[in-house]
Amino acid sequence: MEKIYSEYPKRRGLTKAAPETIQFLMNFSKSLHIIKHAEFSFEGSLN
Amino acid sequence: MNLQIEDSVLVRDYISGDEKSLEVLINRHNQRISSFIYSKVLDRDITEDIFQDTFIKVIKTLKKGTYSEEGKFLPWVMRIAHNLIIDHFRKNKRMPMFEGSDDFNIFSVIGDDKLNAEKQIIKDQINTDLRYLIDELPDDQREVLLMRIYKDMSFKEISENTGVSINTALGRMRYALINLRKIIDKHNIVLTN
Repeated sequence: MEKIYSEYPKRRGLTKAAPETIQFLMNFSKSLHIIKHAEFSFEGSLN
Repeated sequence: MNLQIEDSVLVRDYISGDEKSLEVLINRHNQRISSFIYSKVLDRDITEDIFQDTFIKVIKTLKKGTYSEEGKFLPWVMRIAHNLIIDHFRKNKRMPMFEGSDDFNIFSVIGDDKLNAEKQIIKDQINTDLRYLIDELPDDQREVLLMRIYKDMSFKEISENTGVSINTALGRMRYALINLRKIIDKHNIVLTN
């Protein structure tokens, strides 16, 4: 019989990033500070 | 009626300093991007890592002002995620990862040649005890044994250093070992690792 089902059932599953990851990204975004000078840009973290 | 602010507006607001817009964008596309990553890597932790790295790149690009808005925020983020997935597989190709199971643990087959902490302590204790026993030997036997075992000298070198023939040096070594065994037997000393 022809195999019509995926061998990887987990691939069908939907998933979401954890709230902690999103919180981390928000904190990262808030702390990230970009300073531009001439054609250079410098990254800094304001923690 | 459900009014949804467009991605391009949220991106513009975020670049202008509205951090809340980023949260809306992440939450809006969370499931789609995570599922896309997971469908490729099939590992929740790696999915989480790649998702995080993807948005770190997004944040940096937006804050640097190098993002060109063409109304295609999601395809742009998906492309970043896709590139990071490729990086992940390239890295794994260079450093293949092996995962053990309940039936088989790779560390039962391979390992470094170092002793574990407990065995190292036992070995050190045995060496210390052995040095005490060697100190009990007559001077001539102790001298030969120390040169042979601890200084790794040949019997020719020992004979030259001690001024005796090779046969005498061999004999002293033999008696040193016999006497060590006698002391060990007499005092019921256990020297094992």
